[in-house]
Amino acid sequence: MAVRTRTAGWSAGLTGLLVAVALVSATVGPVSVPLPTVARAALNAVGVPTGLGVGSGTVALFGASATVPVPDISYTYLFSFPVESTSETIVRRIRLPRIALAATVGFALAAAGTVMQGFFRNPMADPSIIGVSSGAAVGAVATIALSFSGPYALQTAAFVGAVVSAFVVYLVATEGGRTPTATLLLAGVAVQTFLGAVVSYLLLRAGESLEQALYWLMGGLLRNAVWTDVAVTVPVAAVCFAVLLAYGRDLNVLLLGETDAHTLGIEVERTKRILLAVSSVVTAAAVAVAGSIGFVGLVVPHIMRLLVGPDHRILLPTSAVAGGAFLVATDTVARSGGVEVPVGIVTAALGAPFFLYLLRTREVHSL
Amino acid sequence: MTPDIATDALDALDGLVGEDRIGGAPGTEVDRAAAADGPLIEVDDLSLSYGDLSVLSEVSLSVESGEFVGLVGPNGAGKTTLLRAINGVFAPDSGAVHVGGERVADLSSRAASRLVATVPQDTTVAFDFSVADIVEMGRTPYAGRFSGDPDAAEAVDRALERTETARFRDRSVASLSGGERQRVVLARALAQETPALVLDEPTASLDVNHQVRTLDLVADLVDTEGKAALAAIHDLDLAARFCDRLAVLADGDLLAVGPPAEVLTAENVGTAFDTDAAVLPNPVTGTPAVTPLPDPGELDLRVHVVGTGSPAARVVSTLVAAGATVTLGALPEGDVAAEAARELAADVVTAPAFAGLDAETEAAARDCLAAADAVVAVDPLPDSLAPLVRDHPPVVRVAADDSASAPAELGGDGVAGDAERGGSVDRSRVGRGAERDSPPVDAAARATPETVAVGVRRALDRPAAVDD
Repeated sequence: MAVRTRTAGWSAGLTGLLVAVALVSATVGPVSVPLPTVARAALNAVGVPTGLGVGSGTVALFGASATVPVPDISYTYLFSFPVESTSETIVRRIRLPRIALAATVGFALAAAGTVMQGFFRNPMADPSIIGVSSGAAVGAVATIALSFSGPYALQTAAFVGAVVSAFVVYLVATEGGRTPTATLLLAGVAVQTFLGAVVSYLLLRAGESLEQALYWLMGGLLRNAVWTDVAVTVPVAAVCFAVLLAYGRDLNVLLLGETDAHTLGIEVERTKRILLAVSSVVTAAAVAVAGSIGFVGLVVPHIMRLLVGPDHRILLPTSAVAGGAFLVATDTVARSGGVEVPVGIVTAALGAPFFLYLLRTREVHSL
Repeated sequence: MTPDIATDALDALDGLVGEDRIGGAPGTEVDRAAAADGPLIEVDDLSLSYGDLSVLSEVSLSVESGEFVGLVGPNGAGKTTLLRAINGVFAPDSGAVHVGGERVADLSSRAASRLVATVPQDTTVAFDFSVADIVEMGRTPYAGRFSGDPDAAEAVDRALERTETARFRDRSVASLSGGERQRVVLARALAQETPALVLDEPTASLDVNHQVRTLDLVADLVDTEGKAALAAIHDLDLAARFCDRLAVLADGDLLAVGPPAEVLTAENVGTAFDTDAAVLPNPVTGTPAVTPLPDPGELDLRVHVVGTGSPAARVVSTLVAAGATVTLGALPEGDVAAEAARELAADVVTAPAFAGLDAETEAAARDCLAAADAVVAVDPLPDSLAPLVRDHPPVVRVAADDSASAPAELGGDGVAGDAERGGSVDRSRVGRGAERDSPPVDAAARATPETVAVGVRRALDRPAAVDD
């Protein structure tokens, strides 16, 4: 089948690109590590999860603290190449987790962006359009400003905030079992505006933790990445992506309009609910571990649409992989300057002019 | 709301591991045995409203396999709504739609779209899909989430072949003309391989040639593949030409259903479209041709028209539409203008064909002329009518723009015969011999058949009433 061949070809090529970008990225930093060393260290880091246990963590709020169980996963590693230990530590403990997380987050955001643009038939749609990012921001900034701490408190609060706000937008826009996309879009804008006000207020009250909160809002969380972040995010992204991919044909048909889609056998409202729910969850998971990162979900699907066309069965996987490569590359730029800047600044600074260029030269406006 | 989401989440996961369970196993035809003894599409007492606005009230209609039914009616009559109740997009408030024995409202959209394929009104596709991609979307009701549809390639080829779009198959649908795109969307509907086909204004945005080709193709599909087709069609003449039966829908009610010749009467058309209309057989196809007449104005006058042939017919129609009481004559029985005037309820004075203008006819014509507030002459005027016009000068002379139509002489069997039989006419002609080349009354205003009403108003120096 032509579609499958094309999908496989493009996906394989882009995955190769992603791996190449990741390896090059791992050589960059205050200490320069040669590429062969990076490759060996990276292979040494390849492991499969082989056990699940329960560890413990501490939750603290306003001075009181409690112990809660947290999952503890053990891994078996497949390779053991000889690598100089300082280099191995730098690559494996510091750079690779960050690169892997950036790839996962970029993958998730671009996948959700592709789905949102198709779903809304609107070229300006991205994962934040239904209030997911604003909700996550409220959760994260509240946690920072109120000094709530604990294992994954920040991530959990951001994730919960994101999912709750998307759900509220959905409820507001739904009447009599139908959710018109135009209403959804407007409800999303209104809720975003409101949550923006909440975030602004929290920032005023943040005091000493203001910088940390701002860092989160600019997507600066990647710098703290550890392998556990990757282990939590990858399964969520993988499952959500698989569901979205299964709806590739439905997304194509939805591009014809909801009435046409209905006459072609799509359960329109049910499909919309599934697509909304899954894209919200995958976006929430990405934003929760990385902070708010704009433009990946907007620009990458547009570029890929120009390259592979509008068929979501090809567009979705290629956009997702390209999104991963894009975020790894921009994050490398973000951390390779004299002073590290949050990656959200870099994606917006590079993405916006590029988007404008596309807008003037190619037909991005037609989605 | 929450249970919905939970169910959907399970459904979403379900889609990953197995076949879509809705609508039976893929490829299985819905059992149509139930439909064998009844019409394929059956609409019973269907009522549907948007909120408080009732759109359809107790509409009943059936379409058999192998039958092409046209749905005509004014904008806002509920045609699209009826079609969308049949394809399952809208659920009825009361009544039911059965297709192939299945109650459409009870079916999943997947199952419904295996029974009814739809050609929508707007076929614009803003995306860069290829023609083959678009047609393959017609196989969506048969496709498993991962397995695809094993019969897709064959069905797509067949549909492309049938609609003569195979040569575009790899082109972007956005690059096609409106007519080509319409055929591609029709191919998409064919790829659905449904027993029923509904079309919403399939010819609305097409030129004359593509309108005819599209409807011809639909009619052919109905004949050769035994599909039941229901199409909303704006153009009444085209609907009459291609459809086996017509259903006139006005204001959510079915006014009439039946063969085009029975349904398309001046009365039905007038009621449905709230306009005056003339219905005459199309000279080429013989099917009814409907000519809507302009909004009647305020020409509250008796106007007598002297003239023959189609220019006179057009003059009479314009004047009747403007609200005038029109008389016409004298002219030979069987003249186009005489038939048209009778159709429009104007009084006509005729002489038997080829019999010349006898005294009785002339007297009748003179009575009409005398009673009229204004006289209109349609040039070129047969010589035999000249004396009528001389005694009752026309206020408006209409020049026929149609120079090919020769004036029909009363008593057209020759000038000599004319002279012998129509004595009084003859004498006056002799007396006027010298003036024959110049019109008898040059004070008359000039007009075309379309502007004659305005001309009469101006000539009588009446303020022109606002026409609409």
